[in-house]
Amino acid sequence: MSRPPAIHAAILGAFCLGFGAVLAVTNHITVDDIAARALEDRQNSLNRVIPADIYDNNLLADVITLKDDEGQDLTVYRAMRDGKVTGMAYEIRASGYAGTIKLMLGVGADGKVLGVRVLAHKETPGLGDKIDEKKGDWITRFTGLALDHPPIEQWKVKKDGGEFDQFTGATITPRGVVNAVRNGLAFYAAHQAQLTEVH
Amino acid sequence: MATQYGTIVRDGLWDNNGVLSMLLGMCPTMAMTTSATNGLGMGLATAVVMAASNLLVAVFRNQITQEVRIPVYILIIAAMVTLVDLSMNAWMHELYKVLGLFIPLIVSNCLPLARLEAFAAKEAVLPALVDGIFMGLGFTFALTAIGAVREIVGQGTLFADASLLLGPAFQFMELRLLPEHTGVLMMLLPPGGFLVTGLLVVAKRMIDVRAGKPIQMAGAHAAG
Repeated sequence: MSRPPAIHAAILGAFCLGFGAVLAVTNHITVDDIAARALEDRQNSLNRVIPADIYDNNLLADVITLKDDEGQDLTVYRAMRDGKVTGMAYEIRASGYAGTIKLMLGVGADGKVLGVRVLAHKETPGLGDKIDEKKGDWITRFTGLALDHPPIEQWKVKKDGGEFDQFTGATITPRGVVNAVRNGLAFYAAHQAQLTEVH
Repeated sequence: MATQYGTIVRDGLWDNNGVLSMLLGMCPTMAMTTSATNGLGMGLATAVVMAASNLLVAVFRNQITQEVRIPVYILIIAAMVTLVDLSMNAWMHELYKVLGLFIPLIVSNCLPLARLEAFAAKEAVLPALVDGIFMGLGFTFALTAIGAVREIVGQGTLFADASLLLGPAFQFMELRLLPEHTGVLMMLLPPGGFLVTGLLVVAKRMIDVRAGKPIQMAGAHAAG
């Protein structure tokens, strides 16, 4: 038995419409919760790189947007106490072994690293993933360092003649992260006036 | 003919296991089985989608015409995946952070589609739901088993981070079986996925031969 093709089109169309409506309703129900969860995640990642005792403002509210070295908008979350900028955090990107590694870098007003944490990465399990706080404490090594401490030419992994340990079997990942943190600090140094200015 | 629920359950879990017998859904199988916990999570998420889409296709099986059935099946699977993705993100956020990356991958799994075509489109609602659940659980079992072998050999642990997936009460499952730094890293990389999957397929067939069962070589078509 053959039916006109329009029937099939109508059936397919009806299913698309029906499930489209279901998804639209679900999206409407969940959109606020999802946005709230994303904000919580952001706040948590900021808490890991900015010590709680240096600010009394809402980190998520006091943001400024600057152009980074590649001309992209970069959101900077600023920590303030008593109306003065005491530190800030922004996302930095490192090129890893398997794609881009996203990190959050916290910098104090004095230019020292407050903390670095990996937000997302696709590095090899058991090798490059030791940059993750859950898999090792390597990433905490950056805390307290600055562009001139160690000297700028020492901001390399040991294999390249620098200060920082690489991992057994994985050099590309730590090399990328060290470069990214150094560039992140250089960004702060280059824009310090803008970043610490209070309106 | 009375519905043979026992057969449906046995088929899904073992006899016609999606991964170990039909060799379907190899993409998530290879990608997500670097640890038993990942395999378990991916398997459970897939089982939810399979149960829901089997149910829906059985409900609408008289409305879906032959000519457009494949687009409709894919539409239903994609819609279920999106539903699971959105609601987990909103209400089970901790779990979502662990599983979130895997969930969209379910769309690329041909096992749900195969079950819709081979089973749900021809059966009543309840058997189709049971088939979806147990095919999904069989998939979960296979992924967890492959993940467990890869994890033990690859990094010497079993169910590492299970508490992230299942809650703090399950911390007792996280075992370290071999000393640190003794793992064979290759097992965690793609070659390990192929090796372990192949070995487990052989192991399953040997068990079946011992039990005197006929070996089904027809793959996915045996499901029809």
